[in-house]
Amino acid sequence: MNFKKKGGVSQSIPTGSMADITFLLLVFFMVSTVFVRYRVTGIIMPEAEKIEELKKRRHIHYLWISADRQIYIDDKLANLDDIAGIFYNRRVKDPRMVVSLKCDYRAPYGLISNVMEELRKADALRINFATTRER
Amino acid sequence: MTLQRRQRASPDIPTGSMADIVFLLLVFFLVTTTMNQDIGIGMQLPPAGESKKIQKKNICNIWININGDILINLEQDISVNQLRAEIERRLAANKNLIVSLKADEETPYAKFIDVLDEIKLSGADKISLASPSE
Repeated sequence: MNFKKKGGVSQSIPTGSMADITFLLLVFFMVSTVFVRYRVTGIIMPEAEKIEELKKRRHIHYLWISADRQIYIDDKLANLDDIAGIFYNRRVKDPRMVVSLKCDYRAPYGLISNVMEELRKADALRINFATTRER
Repeated sequence: MTLQRRQRASPDIPTGSMADIVFLLLVFFLVTTTMNQDIGIGMQLPPAGESKKIQKKNICNIWININGDILINLEQDISVNQLRAEIERRLAANKNLIVSLKADEETPYAKFIDVLDEIKLSGADKISLASPSE
């Protein structure tokens, strides 16, 4: 009687296509990565539930208000009186502009209200109160 | 005299370490990737100088003081947790209701956002933000 040798299953994992898979992942991450454009340190935003996502990043302009009542446009320090002029020019260049108000949770409402008044003067009417997602 | 054969450089590019390089780049992008962080409560401001006369019965005034205490129509003291149900009740009674939110100059922004969030959650779409100096 002739016994055939049992065909063993190959134990090595094929790694030939590993580089291709990694390339694919790499391309995905390269395409989807967005780098943080502006960062003002020390600003802790409040939490909210009913939030919406801002999609087109190129239309978003940032206005930061810190707890010590400093105003930053993008990441440069600015005065309350400068806001209307700066945002008017931006509004002319980009009619679909959205101003994201990134205010510290300790900032006084009076200052934020004054900033909104200035934005109204500049005809920058689409605003977004930036918050974090409530957990 | 023995003549040595000249060694020729290999014409192909070594690809053995390609996977390692790609992995390194992949890890870099994995670490630096941030998901979209531009989230918040969207509002449309009225144009400058625009003011409309609104019938008093269609307005629901909400005041927030410096401590975050909330007052509706100057009569009802209410907590943030009860606010949503209260506005929903008032909206059901009057569909044209405009919620006017007024906060003290020194009210912390977090208290304002808490109340605005509750108003938004209640389904009110006509919201007016009164300036503290008015």
